[in-house]
Amino acid sequence: MALTTAPDPTRRGTGSARAHAPRGVAGRIRNSEGLAGYVFLSPWLIGLMAVTAIPMLLSLYLSFTDYDILTPFSEVEWVGFANYERMFTADPSYWHAVRVTLTFALVAVPLKLAAALGVALLLNRAWRGVGLFRSLFYLPSLLGGSVALAIVWVNMFNRDGAFNSLLAVFGIEGKPWVNDPDWALETLMVLAIWQFGAPMVIFLAGLKQVPTELYEAASVDGANRWRQFRAVTLPMLSPVIFFNLVLETINGFQGFTAAFVLSNGTGGPVDSTLMYTLNLYIKGFTDLEMGYASAMAWVFLLAIGIITAILFSTGRFWVHYSDGEDR
Amino acid sequence: MTSTARPAVSRPRRPRASGGGGQAVRLLVLIAIVAVVLYPLFWMIGASVKSQEEIVSNIGLLPREFTPGNYVDGWTNFDLSFGRFFLNSAMVSLLTVVGNAISCLLAAYAFARLKFRLRGMWFAVMIGTLLLPGHVLIVPQYILFRTLGLVGGEWPYLPLLIPQFLATEAFFVFLMVQFMRGIPRELDEAAKIDGASAFGIFRHVILPLSRPALVTTAIFSFIWTWNDFFRQLVFLSSLEDYTVPVALTLFIDSTSQSAVGPMFAMSVLSLLPVFLFFLAFQRMLVEGINTSGIKG
Repeated sequence: MALTTAPDPTRRGTGSARAHAPRGVAGRIRNSEGLAGYVFLSPWLIGLMAVTAIPMLLSLYLSFTDYDILTPFSEVEWVGFANYERMFTADPSYWHAVRVTLTFALVAVPLKLAAALGVALLLNRAWRGVGLFRSLFYLPSLLGGSVALAIVWVNMFNRDGAFNSLLAVFGIEGKPWVNDPDWALETLMVLAIWQFGAPMVIFLAGLKQVPTELYEAASVDGANRWRQFRAVTLPMLSPVIFFNLVLETINGFQGFTAAFVLSNGTGGPVDSTLMYTLNLYIKGFTDLEMGYASAMAWVFLLAIGIITAILFSTGRFWVHYSDGEDR
Repeated sequence: MTSTARPAVSRPRRPRASGGGGQAVRLLVLIAIVAVVLYPLFWMIGASVKSQEEIVSNIGLLPREFTPGNYVDGWTNFDLSFGRFFLNSAMVSLLTVVGNAISCLLAAYAFARLKFRLRGMWFAVMIGTLLLPGHVLIVPQYILFRTLGLVGGEWPYLPLLIPQFLATEAFFVFLMVQFMRGIPRELDEAAKIDGASAFGIFRHVILPLSRPALVTTAIFSFIWTWNDFFRQLVFLSSLEDYTVPVALTLFIDSTSQSAVGPMFAMSVLSLLPVFLFFLAFQRMLVEGINTSGIKG
């Protein structure tokens, strides 16, 4: 896991020539380097302040107001927790969007990871051609987030789409999947799962790190393939599974483009594809209720933070680090 | 009977790695999966040269009647030609590449090599922003840029580009930091002894050696920006400023079904740059997510 194994940046360099230099020189070098550090860091720092921190604080403030983009700042009214109250008690579409998003993430993320792991296991026997397969499977991850692919998807699962033509070959009568409130979200899930290539590549890299001796030992002990998978592959791969799970879950909550294209920006049919981010966009930029949208954004941020924290805390029970370090 | 005893003890390969039959089945399964995975892409390309009625009736990949006219119709379907949208997208994507490459490299050098007060704290903050969803910031950013007169202003791409020149794409900063940590420190020390300043070391040691990380950053930033829809949808409001993804959604708005073929044609064209990048750099792309993802 990159985020936890990154070497501590505060660690001082050791054993360098500087350590033996006279105090004054060392001090001067450190000072000028400290200055240089901030010079090099300045674009990032400005960006952090102007593009991230200040907007975050602004949106926190706005979430307690009835701000719409049309009234000037001076006339903005402080409404206390009204936006949050409305969200939790008086806006059924908000909870509906939460349900849609959770359903999407709970179904699509595990299936996508399962597909990624399954194909990675199939590919994990070195022979020529692995590279080609790996690249071909990865291609959808590069293209799948685009508007173009969402358009293709909608048309494939249309009444007259390729999917129904395929079903017709087997004598099954299809339906206009993308226009059916019971099925529209499922087509988006399939689109998400179709992009299993990126986590698959990460799984493959993880599988390569599993020492061959462990399999040899297991097979000497008479473990069959399934046993080996359970007892060797899964635990050894658990940090990578965890990494992919966190990444894909956070991504899964943010699906926007495909839902927008499928519903032409409305979240339809009958709000069945009203993903959280799409709902936020509609409230903020269609209805211009930017105060309310800000409150939604903050709850979203907190929710993602909490879910990530939950994932990390459960990780302690099932993620196995082979170097024995306690994290 | 040494010959039979030997393999069980000292054969270096896993026993289950062998077996020609299993391997053949595995290959067949993989080919089947590849076919399913690639079908939508081939179907899209096929549909882009099919007539309207064939798109809905012909499940096959090849058209019965080759209709390249879709490309002409799609290109000129709106008041402005798609060429304009492609130019807009190319400009935004290329400037984003430049912005990310420069600003992230500077920040990464500071994090990876220079010592300054609060470095650990800033690094932790940077890691924190890695997981920050962009959707959370879009409303206040829109308000700020609009207040500054930059939304729909003289050059409407500033709200899209300013963040990219300020190293806000933490993923690339992180990727470059990880890469620079692999550059031997002895090179810095040697340059320092020769009297090089922090800037000199950056210019003559780190910058030339960071080329692989820069290339990875450039490729990913181009592809992500080219495909990005959310920010471009929010910040671009008039047709002449539209990028390709935003323009594509105009096809959905038009309720007439006659534009399906042209819509597919333009969809195919819109993916072409990404696909070419994929062909040219596929190894690097795949390795890229590895090095940035887990190996560190």
